[in-house]
Amino acid sequence: MTAKVLTIASGKGGVGKTTAVANIGVALAARGHKVICVDSDIGLRNLDVVMGLENRIVYDLVDVVEGRCRLRQAMIRDKRVPELYLIPAAQTRDKSAVSPSDMIHLCNELRPECDWVLIDSPAGIERGFHNAIAGADKIIVMTNPEMSAVRDADRVIGLVEAEEKGTPVLVINRLNSAMVKRGEMISVEDVLDLLAIKLLGIVPEDENVLVASNKGVPLALDGKSKAGLAFQNIARRLLGEEVPFLDLESQGLWQRLLGRK
Amino acid sequence: MNIIDRMIGRKKSASSAKERLQLVLIHDRTDLTPAELEALKDDLIETISRHVEIDSAAVRISVAQDGRSQRLVADIPLRSATRRRFR
Repeated sequence: MTAKVLTIASGKGGVGKTTAVANIGVALAARGHKVICVDSDIGLRNLDVVMGLENRIVYDLVDVVEGRCRLRQAMIRDKRVPELYLIPAAQTRDKSAVSPSDMIHLCNELRPECDWVLIDSPAGIERGFHNAIAGADKIIVMTNPEMSAVRDADRVIGLVEAEEKGTPVLVINRLNSAMVKRGEMISVEDVLDLLAIKLLGIVPEDENVLVASNKGVPLALDGKSKAGLAFQNIARRLLGEEVPFLDLESQGLWQRLLGRK
Repeated sequence: MNIIDRMIGRKKSASSAKERLQLVLIHDRTDLTPAELEALKDDLIETISRHVEIDSAAVRISVAQDGRSQRLVADIPLRSATRRRFR
């Protein structure tokens, strides 16, 4: 196995990076792939609670980097799907405990172990963000259809390109189609116009996201909710399937997508 | 925007958000403030005027977006030789 390493970044906090990592991870694992999710938000770990694995943490990312445990000891197995693992962040340390070269080393160790490594980046564009993208093959930038999130996404895209990590792909989260129709929310088309990168997925605003994180059961496990379905579609696109985008977007998007490279 | 809004010329918040973002992103990406752009314009006028007579009041300079790259666009009207003769 040689895993593909994906990092989800956004610049702005609270746009849904952690939810996306948990759900894309579950969706890929449910399709028979071996997935390792890594929480790189040292000091503010959260992927463990969103995945419902918080009570099973013994070792964390910093323990691995500092050699206090073997890699496999820090991998918590999610028993609800065949092969899904979490490497949690340390909670009592800060971002300086890990360097970009540590992360490159870690990713190289993880590659032969699985099919996919999903790294949850911290918010911001400082050390933690540079750590998160250092070992990645591809970056997924997440945004919301909202001014500050789009602006921050643009900054992150610029930084990823400056580090020669290739052009990221975009996931637009929390789209409220009723508001877009009323002209009170920027549309998918507008966001693509502004950021000028390829679209990987559109996730609708969905109350079930909060309910799922309350329970610690990622939405994509059942796939009946709109957001759960959207995350499953993202996973399928990552696996190379041509999946049409959910029918949420404004008029003209189809023409736009068909016309894009 | 629906037809009624368009007829009475009411602008919805999404379109102002997009317009505002377009400007913000140009400045974020180029690290060029409006004041710096003005200074650049003055320098351009001065340099070009040394070689050819231009209508300096009508010079327009802007940054246009082209995918993820930015383009500096200058529109510099030349004064025609005939008009100059009759002045």
